[in-house]
Amino acid sequence: MFFRSQHSKAILVVLLALAVAPVIAHLFDDVFYVGLLTRVLIFAIAAVSLDLIVGYGGMLSLGHAVYIGVGAYSVGILSFYGIDNGFIHFATAVAASALMALLIGASSVRTSGIHFIMISLAFGQMFYYLAVSVNTFGGDDGLRIGGSSDFGPFGDLSDPVALYYVCFVVLVLVLFALHQLVQSPFGMTLRGIRSNEPRMVSIGVSPFRYRLTGFVISGMICGVAGALLANQNLFISPASMHWSRSGEIMIMTILGGMGSLSGGVLGAAVYVGLEYFLSRLTEHWQVIMGPIIVVLILYANRGVFGMLSALKRAGK
Amino acid sequence: MSGLASLATENLFLRFGGLVATNNVSLDVRAGELHAIIGPNGAGKTTLISQLAGNLRPTSGCIRLNGEDVTTVPAYERARLGFGRSFQITSIFREFTPLQNVALAVQAQRGNEFRFWKPVLDDVSVTVPALEILDRVGLGKRANVLASDLAHGEKRSLELAIALATQPKLLLLDEPTAGMGPDESVFIVELLRKLKGSVTMVLVEHDMDAVFSLADRISVLVYGEIVATGTPAEIRANAAVQSAYLGEDEV
Amino acid sequence: MALLFFEQILNGVQFGVMLFLIAAGLTLVFGIMNLINIAHGVLYMIGAYICASVIQITGSFWQGVVIAILGTLVIGIFVEVLVFRRLYHRTHLDQVLATFGVTMFFNELVRMIWGPTAIYAPMPEFLSGFVEIIPGSPFPVYRLAIIAAGLCAGAALYVVITYTRLGMLIRAGASNRAMIDALGVNIKLLYTVVFGIGAALAGFAGLMAGPLLTVESGMGNDMLILALVVITIGGVGSIRGALFASLLIGVIDAMGRSFLRPLLSTITPQTFADTAAPAIASMLIYLTMALVLIFRPQGLFPPVVR
Repeated sequence: MFFRSQHSKAILVVLLALAVAPVIAHLFDDVFYVGLLTRVLIFAIAAVSLDLIVGYGGMLSLGHAVYIGVGAYSVGILSFYGIDNGFIHFATAVAASALMALLIGASSVRTSGIHFIMISLAFGQMFYYLAVSVNTFGGDDGLRIGGSSDFGPFGDLSDPVALYYVCFVVLVLVLFALHQLVQSPFGMTLRGIRSNEPRMVSIGVSPFRYRLTGFVISGMICGVAGALLANQNLFISPASMHWSRSGEIMIMTILGGMGSLSGGVLGAAVYVGLEYFLSRLTEHWQVIMGPIIVVLILYANRGVFGMLSALKRAGK
Repeated sequence: MSGLASLATENLFLRFGGLVATNNVSLDVRAGELHAIIGPNGAGKTTLISQLAGNLRPTSGCIRLNGEDVTTVPAYERARLGFGRSFQITSIFREFTPLQNVALAVQAQRGNEFRFWKPVLDDVSVTVPALEILDRVGLGKRANVLASDLAHGEKRSLELAIALATQPKLLLLDEPTAGMGPDESVFIVELLRKLKGSVTMVLVEHDMDAVFSLADRISVLVYGEIVATGTPAEIRANAAVQSAYLGEDEV
Repeated sequence: MALLFFEQILNGVQFGVMLFLIAAGLTLVFGIMNLINIAHGVLYMIGAYICASVIQITGSFWQGVVIAILGTLVIGIFVEVLVFRRLYHRTHLDQVLATFGVTMFFNELVRMIWGPTAIYAPMPEFLSGFVEIIPGSPFPVYRLAIIAAGLCAGAALYVVITYTRLGMLIRAGASNRAMIDALGVNIKLLYTVVFGIGAALAGFAGLMAGPLLTVESGMGNDMLILALVVITIGGVGSIRGALFASLLIGVIDAMGRSFLRPLLSTITPQTFADTAAPAIASMLIYLTMALVLIFRPQGLFPPVVR
């Protein structure tokens, strides 16, 4: 219980800090950090969405970057054909990633454990190669996006601070909605299946449709993250759906602590932050990042919070 | 479908390779009775229960609920038809509280899990019946601790509570008192006695005092085969049963 | 057409053989240590880099081969002792993520040492010609050599597993870990040896791939995913399944790449075929996997006892 309340307090602090961050960055006239923090928010949305199926659904998906890609390509392809309407962009991103998750999920959520990991990896790569092979949309080189999503009277997402706050609001909404979801009848059923599948079957629950529904919800949310990423970078390439990107999102989810939703925010902040500071040290930052990941997984697999509280206990 | 359920199996066989785990079992459980299945260890009692519940598919033969063939109906659908099961090896949701455990079963029975917003524990139409059931099995005061922190006997009670919460018409009980202390077992036996008549029960149990005092009829399973079926008095008097089973165990 | 067909079959078999060398180590390590090793593709990459560099320095193909195999063996053992042996009892998720970190490290290390651009791996003179297996269809000797060398390595693996004491322990370990304990074998050493064998096989595949593909950082990533597909189709933990699935995947991939476009253009407009054929060809093996999993979720040759 101590752990829980500490956790939610910390999350509140982080969210408050994120809410005022652009104001402070503006005071110091350093807009770059707004971009960096936007990236944190976008990957936080992705990591939180992944936590729904990993931490609550027990589905270890290593293909989650696919939905980032689908969301981003939705924006990219639409604006390639001259459609700049933001409502259409985001509606398409959500619908396309839901459809994609439905297809992938329908053929993979029946399996579990190691098989699920490998199948999700493989399907992720399949869509990566698909994106590479379609030259109309840039193929391997990626697709430059002409302009950001235009929401008509509400403005567009070209202003970095506006984009930042849109990402922030989306993240808070997602956290709130998923917080409700995991306690709702559906969420409890999903968690029950993760905890004890035979028992759920014996009380009359068929796991497949709940797993699949959870999988689709998660993919949809991650698709929104992808659409936001497209707006930030105004560029999308197959690399953003490569399996190593899926691995990074999974690491964010794990670092924040699985099954805590808001942990994904922390994980994304830690990961993107590390990436940024290490890449300022050396262009070969991955040589440092790799071993850090190994050490974190070996010695702090209960997440940053798990590690902190373990250290605290050791210190006492 | 309402009222009491009857269950029958006809020439049920289950083979694992060369091993015959269930050998030509024709069981007849009448509506409303408590039908006990006894037999030495390894006789195939749990295997038989698993086939009745739909977790194992028999090699041949058929299973009927109220005369209707349910042999190929999957386990989760059987549960919706009114089968309730408690497991020999405790099968609960360890990271949930007993209240959450039972609430899951209550809502599963209603089939309203596709609701995404309102927390289960804020829904009195779920929590009230769930608490009621926890009271019945003696866990009312322990409703909000973590299930993994319960004592062994309490876990067994919770196991039974989950099965009861689906409001089964046919209850398959696989050694409900396994590993319980004497007081706890007496409590469960009395609970089953109170349930008698309101639900059809198939009971696998090692506690012979409990079986002979509770059961309307008893079937004796030896090496996957039913060697006798009858009232407790008939079973006591049956010579074949004496030699095959009761002789080895103290009655 | 028939000639091309035959040639593509051979190309597919050649690719399949290389896949098998990677998949064999992956599935062996999974079957015995229950470890899913995402970093396995790294060893393939390192094999290619070492071999290419040694050839450039010494000019000797054979020195390159020997040093590359020994090098991947040593690096494999080193990483096993340092990291992987701490992972055997962890969850599959932890294993995937930790070995992902290892992959990241080595991919970048290679970029530091050899630079970001691909390096050239020379083909040995005596293997660079063509041979007409069937008249009128010249086939590269080098590719034939790969098939032969790969099959030899596979046969050697088979002999080791079937006839030696080490093989007996490996088989025992794959089916029953408790039995190994009972035999009083030094498990740590056995695991290290098995890991080393897998590493050397992957390195061997990498050094052979060098002259055919580009030797660059991350070249192992894609092969790793294909090897994962192979062992998923073949049945995780089964060497026999890995062999069969490797060849299947190799041939399907080669066929898709060369025949899908002409096939599609006979039934659809040319422009559609030009766009769709490469897209479908790139997804073909994954679709094969999906199909296999629908009918046989445990793969085609699941290990008998686990």
